Amino acid sequence: MSHWPLLSLLIWVPIAGAIPVLFAGQNRPSTARWLTLLISLVTFILSLALLFGYNYNSGAMQFVESHAWLPAIHSRYGLGVDGISIALIILTSFTNVLVVVGAWEVIRDKVHQYMAAMLVLTGLMIGIFAATDALLFYVFFEAMLIPMFIIIGVWGGPRRIYATIKFFLFTMFGSIFMLLALIFLYLKTGNFSIAAMQHVPLTMTEQTWIFFSFLIAFAVKVPMVPVHTWLPDAHVEAPTGGSVVLAAVMLKIGGYGFIRFALPITPDAADHFAWLVITLSLIAIIYIGYVALVQEDMKKLVAYSSVAHMGFVTLGLFIVFILIRDGSVDMAKLGIQGSMVQMISHGFISGAMFTSIGVMYDRMHTRMIKDYGGLANVMPWFALFMVFFGLANAGLPGTSGFVGEFMVIIASFHASPWIGLAAAFTLVIGAGYTLWLIKRVVWGEVRSPEVAAMKDISAREIFVLASFALLVLWLGFWPEPLVHLIHAPITELVHTLGHSKL
Amino acid sequence: MLSMHTLLIIALAPLAGAALAGLLGRQIGRVGAHSVATLSVAVSCVLSFWVFYQLVWGGAHSFNENLYTWFQVGSFSAHVGFLVDRLTALMMVVVTFISLMVHIYTIGYMADDPGYQRFFSYIALFTFSMLMLVMSNNFMQLFFGWEAVGLVSYLLIGFWYKRPTAIYANLKAFLVNRVGDMGFVLGIAAVVYFLGTLDYAQAFQRAPELVGRTIQILPGHAWSAATLISLLLFAGAMGKSAQVPLHVWLPDSMEGPTPISALIHAATMVTAGVFMVARMSPLFELSSTALSFVLVIGATTALFLGLVSIVQHDIKRVIAYSTLSQLGYMVAALGASAYAAGIFHLMTHAFFKSLLFLGAGSVIIAMHHEQDMRHMGGLRKYMPITYITMWVGSLALSGIPPFAGFYSKDSIIEAVSNAHLWGSGYAYWSVLLGVFVTATYTFRMMYLTFHGKERFRVDPHAVKGDEHASHEPGVLAHPPHESSWVVTLPLILLAIPSLLIGAVAIKPLLFGGFFGSSIYVLPAHNVLAEMAGHFQDWESFTLHAFVSAPFWVAMAGIAVTSYVYLVKPSLAGRIAKGLGPLYRVLCNKFYFDELYFALFAKGGVRLGRGLWKAGDSTLIDGAMVNGSVSLVARLARFFRVLQSGYVYHYAFAMILGLILLLAGFVFTGHA
Repeated sequence: MSHWPLLSLLIWVPIAGAIPVLFAGQNRPSTARWLTLLISLVTFILSLALLFGYNYNSGAMQFVESHAWLPAIHSRYGLGVDGISIALIILTSFTNVLVVVGAWEVIRDKVHQYMAAMLVLTGLMIGIFAATDALLFYVFFEAMLIPMFIIIGVWGGPRRIYATIKFFLFTMFGSIFMLLALIFLYLKTGNFSIAAMQHVPLTMTEQTWIFFSFLIAFAVKVPMVPVHTWLPDAHVEAPTGGSVVLAAVMLKIGGYGFIRFALPITPDAADHFAWLVITLSLIAIIYIGYVALVQEDMKKLVAYSSVAHMGFVTLGLFIVFILIRDGSVDMAKLGIQGSMVQMISHGFISGAMFTSIGVMYDRMHTRMIKDYGGLANVMPWFALFMVFFGLANAGLPGTSGFVGEFMVIIASFHASPWIGLAAAFTLVIGAGYTLWLIKRVVWGEVRSPEVAAMKDISAREIFVLASFALLVLWLGFWPEPLVHLIHAPITELVHTLGHSKL
Repeated sequence: MLSMHTLLIIALAPLAGAALAGLLGRQIGRVGAHSVATLSVAVSCVLSFWVFYQLVWGGAHSFNENLYTWFQVGSFSAHVGFLVDRLTALMMVVVTFISLMVHIYTIGYMADDPGYQRFFSYIALFTFSMLMLVMSNNFMQLFFGWEAVGLVSYLLIGFWYKRPTAIYANLKAFLVNRVGDMGFVLGIAAVVYFLGTLDYAQAFQRAPELVGRTIQILPGHAWSAATLISLLLFAGAMGKSAQVPLHVWLPDSMEGPTPISALIHAATMVTAGVFMVARMSPLFELSSTALSFVLVIGATTALFLGLVSIVQHDIKRVIAYSTLSQLGYMVAALGASAYAAGIFHLMTHAFFKSLLFLGAGSVIIAMHHEQDMRHMGGLRKYMPITYITMWVGSLALSGIPPFAGFYSKDSIIEAVSNAHLWGSGYAYWSVLLGVFVTATYTFRMMYLTFHGKERFRVDPHAVKGDEHASHEPGVLAHPPHESSWVVTLPLILLAIPSLLIGAVAIKPLLFGGFFGSSIYVLPAHNVLAEMAGHFQDWESFTLHAFVSAPFWVAMAGIAVTSYVYLVKPSLAGRIAKGLGPLYRVLCNKFYFDELYFALFAKGGVRLGRGLWKAGDSTLIDGAMVNGSVSLVARLARFFRVLQSGYVYHYAFAMILGLILLLAGFVFTGHA
């Protein structure tokens, strides 16, 4: 395998695969579907191949590829992954397979274009996680918006134009600052290698400017309070598949950006402003929890719940600085581990939640909680999954939702009991908004004749939900494989963060 | 010797049973589902007894091994593993035995229910979860079991998910428990912070290091580490074991089918908090502050929630409030450092309280799902087995020698009277008066249900069509009759330990060093050791009762109740009227529900709506996002004016610019 440009294949197989899918045309939807599924499966299997060639004990980049790309500005086509990237790449390719299966009968209009857009999106997102050249990263980072823009704009709901523009503007607004920071770093180092940027010494003033540029870019993606309001709108208007990818993978790019750029490039500024990010994360957990409680639209509720859960990601990353200062290196690792586990877990759980909402929407064409009630009577299997994912969303031990939160809460308590207390509030508020949703939708008497006519989930839907469920359980009962996969780069990162650049 | 294989079978057999009964319920049918679930729990039960035998008489050592690594981060790790010592073994025996009884009982009780297979799946899953909780050797797995039993409780309270009250009650139960669990998780985090491990054995070994360690919670206020850890962990116990002020979920949990009220909400799950504190005795012993808190909370729960039981009309709610009160006794024992007495009462209570619940269930079936005691009375001649066994349970509950409850409750009261902690005086009077209250509500319930005049009538034409459709209260289609053997057999099997276990177990459990190193008590706190000085055997302990306060207090309660309900039934109403305000406070359960609903449920939603409107809609989207959009638009409108397209506008602007420029040069004097 080592001779194969595995990462290039992972990026370009789905993107190139989109071309024949497009050629299948409007009139052969079935061909387009099967072809897409095939390409998605190939991509997924290729991503699993990473696990076998990977050296678990090295924190260095592996499967490295490097070719001249833009020699004039010393930017290279540089690819490489560590355990963190591999985990996110597998999440991406896996989610893609389930999204394709999930869209099978749901998308009826311009099937070939939808499927092609999904494939391109997958390739580009894998590119983001695999790029070792900052300019290449930036290109993927921006290019990814286009297929997502199309998915929401073409197959979305009635207010899709407002949502897409809001989504686009927010993200662009953030990434402009990142571009400036990257150009500055390029002028410093003479090339676009991310590794070189991580090693270049920077003064505190430089670090502060660069840190805030990155913070704005990635905070929008995560999204962090107060730049999160694009997310509920985007979710509400997106088709199910778009929502799933958005929640399961795209938000993780923000967390990944912090790990790859903001923390190692500007460790001193990040340390100095850690209090700010920690505060915003805790606001996300508590304030957004309350906001989620009162949502009347299921997708908005889950979108807000995503913001709250992603709060644990940023919290886990930034308490690290307090912990390193106190000399608790293991707890610092636990914080980053927790935030990584939370990202992967949130990928599964939010993906499953949006799929579940899609299942209901396909039958009733409404996302309003008040239109539902008593689904357990007519859709027992669906109810089983919905309750299961709801409990996972509430962080029940035995599901993946617990692991990351548990790690981050323990690490937070080490940093400060008050941070731990605020973070632990998720146990109450998270259970509150999720189980209240379950109560109103799943339990109770059949609410209306329309609900009574709903059919239980099909084998295809069971496949998608059961796949998510198995991973949620697996990670909940045995997180060690994931923890082991990412331990070496995290050790490396904590080591880096312990050394000032000044 | 104990082996990992045996323990794995004990824990996993019910899980397998649950999976089969639940996922393949339709394929294997009702008989298949109840057979597989009951059988799996029977396997666990038999093996648990074997483990108990090995540990107590077989000379086996405690078992403590990890099964697999849950995660390893640096030198910090979490594992899944089992710790089985005598404390665990006792819990395993109690849990699996009562679970087995409840499984058998359910075959009869739920016979007509469409969710039959689902029910068996849930109760088998519960058994697995509870076993994981008691068999854990570390805090992480403890929390897993802790939440898993909470989950099954949630599912079972809402088992009849069409009932609005049931799905309200299960949400409430879960959320109130989560409040406690928030403290519990922070307690675990504090253990990691101070002791650096999740493993029990390591944590307890390092516990002495906690002495003298403090943490700054508020600037200038140093908190003792041991107090902080213990109070946080105890918050979890207050949720799960329904102690004031987190008790509000337990009475509502009676919305679930009666077998689970017996299994989960009386005998096992709700006692998890008591078990947990006993398990954590090496930590709690280090903080007298925490122990005082535990003692006062327990004693308060024991007395005040017992009072509420007296005014209930629903037979299940009487027993539910009684459970709260008895849990209070157990917790008070923990606070007095009489952990063994707490566990002892946990065990006797598990038998007699599940007996009472199952008996009440038997009555409820006979009364066609009528639970209001005002429509019962005189049932003793219709259902003799239920009648007699429930009397056994009631006498045990009231603490009448030689029934089991007498030994455990009397030990607790004596232990509390010997405690020297802050608040022990208050606690003693509370648990002592609690005895009067216990006897009162228990005898009232028995009199109203089985004695006196029949307050229902039999009318074959009363119910038409649907058997269980809403019918006029107090009117039955056919006379009540004794339940079938699957219902009465568990009653009899539970009546036996309710009668005997106290006398048998008091000596080894409390004074015989049964628990060995499982429970740690500081010599200065060791009230049981003081009591051991004058304890000889169960006979003399029994005789001693007749010259001690609790017995006569109980007798007083019985005398008053008997007079009111047997001799002068009209008196009850007059007393209620006479004590108007007090009666109303009790009927409204001290207004906890109203307060919490207004403050947390309604308040939470109002807060959420306020934050959403003010924060997300107005401030962020309104002012910042759309505000900046409209700012850009306004700027654009302004600049658009400049680009009018008329040449003379541009020419004028150029001339104006030129003049300004020249003027600038002239006035500043630069060329």
